[in-house]
Amino acid sequence: MINASDRQIIEALQGGLPLTPTPYAQVAEDLGMDEDAFLIRLAELKSRGVIRRIAAAPNHYKLGMTSNGMTVWDVDDDRVAELGAQIGALPFVTHCYERPRALPEWPYNLFAMVHGKDRGEVEEKRAEITAILGDACRAKDILYSTRILKKTGLRLKAKG
Amino acid sequence: MTLDATDRAILNRMQNDLPLTSRPYAVVAEELGLTERDLLDRLSRMKDERVITRFGPFFDAAAMGGAFCLCAMAVPAEKFETVLTKVNAHAEVAHNYERTHRLNMWFVLATETPEGIKAAADAIERETGIEVLRFPKLQEFFIGFRVAA
Repeated sequence: MINASDRQIIEALQGGLPLTPTPYAQVAEDLGMDEDAFLIRLAELKSRGVIRRIAAAPNHYKLGMTSNGMTVWDVDDDRVAELGAQIGALPFVTHCYERPRALPEWPYNLFAMVHGKDRGEVEEKRAEITAILGDACRAKDILYSTRILKKTGLRLKAKG
Repeated sequence: MTLDATDRAILNRMQNDLPLTSRPYAVVAEELGLTERDLLDRLSRMKDERVITRFGPFFDAAAMGGAFCLCAMAVPAEKFETVLTKVNAHAEVAHNYERTHRLNMWFVLATETPEGIKAAADAIERETGIEVLRFPKLQEFFIGFRVAA
């Protein structure tokens, strides 16, 4: 859970970190804090997992990764943890999750997002996943994104 | 814009964590054999050109007491735009993608409380008359959201 002071810090950083030599000092000043105290607070938010990392979100499209396929797999429940870890470690998989099935409509429990320059490249990468999963995989599919309908990310509502 | 080898090296490094120290970019610049000025100039340019959509902390809604949930709907083609307007009107919808499947609308709900997911998904079902399938993560195989530039 987050308190009012956490929330103030999160709100100050939601828009991003300044690209200036002393970015933390700059945000700290806006918050009326000194830099050392602010760095300690950030370290604490990281240790609690509220901040996962401070990093760049690249634009896949601008990098020529215009094809994105959500690959989905029906994997033995007994083996999904072990195999999921292997799939998540592949360099071309950006997100990998175990999720519940929604039977009968949706038999898949492992989701791995694959990006590529075109569908051919995505299919090649998908074949590598197929090979790793082997006979632990009973069914598979791929869903290509055809349109981004909304992309705003997490926004805290203004309150407290 | 065209990215040179240095830009790509920066992009690959900056998808990993920035250190918590007074001059963090100077630390990364040294790792990459660049000056702090050159690193900041290139980062600013890539951000202006939208090669980098955002630079800063990635927050975890779950650690804040909130929740994320991937949801999917099978929307008939003739109703797609109407349903889309209703779905996107919810502030809890963080991302929404059209995909090639009978389940053709996939969106992520991000809420400040776990109960918020059910409330938002139920509201969307009521407003659209279409079932919202819910796929909360059970386990994340997290290595990093890295894409090789």
